[in-house]
Amino acid sequence: MSDSTAPTQPIEVRFRGGGFAPKARRWVGLAVFIFLIGITEVGTRQGWISSLTLPKPSDVLATFGELWESGLLFKHLLPSLSRLAVGAAIGASVGIAVGIMIGLFSYVRAGMVPLVAAIFPIPKIALLPLFVIWFGIDEASKYALIAFGTFTPTVVATYGAVDNVDRSLIRMGQSFGLSWLSIVRKIVLPGAMPGILSGLRISLAIAIILLVAAEMLGAEYGIGAYILEAGSLYDLERLFAGVVILSLLGVILSTIIGFIEHRLLGWRA
Amino acid sequence: MDIRLEAISHSYGDTEVLRDISLDIPNGKIVCFVGPSGCGKSTLLRLIGGLERASKGRILQLGTPPKGCLNPLTYVFQDFALLPWRSVQGNISLVLEDHGIKGTQADTIIADVLARTKLSDFSKALPRQLSGGMKQRVAIARALAVKPAVMLMDEPLSALDSQTRELLMDDLVALWTRQSFTAAYVTHNLAEAVRLGHRIVVLSRRPGEVREIVEIDIPLADRSHGNAKLEQTQKHLWDMMRDEARAADEELLDV
Repeated sequence: MSDSTAPTQPIEVRFRGGGFAPKARRWVGLAVFIFLIGITEVGTRQGWISSLTLPKPSDVLATFGELWESGLLFKHLLPSLSRLAVGAAIGASVGIAVGIMIGLFSYVRAGMVPLVAAIFPIPKIALLPLFVIWFGIDEASKYALIAFGTFTPTVVATYGAVDNVDRSLIRMGQSFGLSWLSIVRKIVLPGAMPGILSGLRISLAIAIILLVAAEMLGAEYGIGAYILEAGSLYDLERLFAGVVILSLLGVILSTIIGFIEHRLLGWRA
Repeated sequence: MDIRLEAISHSYGDTEVLRDISLDIPNGKIVCFVGPSGCGKSTLLRLIGGLERASKGRILQLGTPPKGCLNPLTYVFQDFALLPWRSVQGNISLVLEDHGIKGTQADTIIADVLARTKLSDFSKALPRQLSGGMKQRVAIARALAVKPAVMLMDEPLSALDSQTRELLMDDLVALWTRQSFTAAYVTHNLAEAVRLGHRIVVLSRRPGEVREIVEIDIPLADRSHGNAKLEQTQKHLWDMMRDEARAADEELLDV
């Protein structure tokens, strides 16, 4: 600086600290949906998207309306929802329990972590025949498939969350003479809750995927059965109507978890 | 209740951190531990409170803890260790719940300790809403709630800025003057040690040994800024530590 003798024009300091801070932008998500659906509608109407490539969104909506009016919607939706609820509830609760045990006990960790790693990558759909043999062709095998599929990601998320609980808080609990159960209940569990809930988002999405797989076999009613039937007939309108239902289901579940997070994790804000 | 350390030595694997430490922490006095970084002073505090087991030697509690004492050896941590999901009040009731103290009995204790740490208006606040100094006052209130026989303070002011540190030192002096408590106080800040310590234990660098024990007989309340005798003591402590601190700073950390 001092060795430059010629006086130079002062340069304003350039701002370079922006970005990398996501903010809530409402309606953008909705706008993307509307834009994509709008493009498809226009394209299929004008013909530069052939009707074999994609169905007309308005036709899909009409199919959806027929489903609603004929009462078939709930005939398909209710069994699916009950399968999803029962299967996901079993898988997630057993997964959270096992995950916490892995996080707390060295022997459980040593025994279960390799086992979980071994069963995680198995495509659960491949095991469907096995489940049919074990649990019969009825509801039980469908519950088992969904439960099994949600179990592994929940376990992995939960023990990771327990591992990430601030050790200094646990030390604090011990130093005040808190009982083991109190430390688990009042320090470990609330501390692991953020990780468990974000794991649950993934697990529930997997549960929806497996729902369709489970309904491939011996289901008369159900969203999965409806989609598969439409698919085998190449009835794209009905296929898409089913897919939209699944998507909505995913959005609703994710919103519910967001709501739970808001209630339980308000202290993070 | 007094605490007596008898020939405490401690190692982590092959690394010896503490060697042959014997001393007393007398009832109603604040004993400060100073020493270069890595001299094992925090380890010593964890040993005293039973969070770690010494490789050699014994730590004894002499006498009985005062009446109504729920947790004789109680820590105040450098990082406050407050549960972020509990309010100020909830953080204090956490340590009472396990002793079956609930309802109005707990409320009385909580109101009392919050008043003593000047936090009465913040009982519903969450930790993230509090400044560092206030968080540490909550941690001190929590420690007072279990009526400890000995407070084990692990660099309680080190995470705070210097103004807050001054204020909190005054608070600690006022707290002690109102109702004297026993404390083992670890710090690397010599000004804190001469302000708060009745007895200052100087540890050498690793392996930590007692180099000198300095007694200061000026009452805590009279230790104002610019007190010549205190400054002299502080200089004496620094002269003793300077070379050790430099040598400790240049050591490779492989623990």
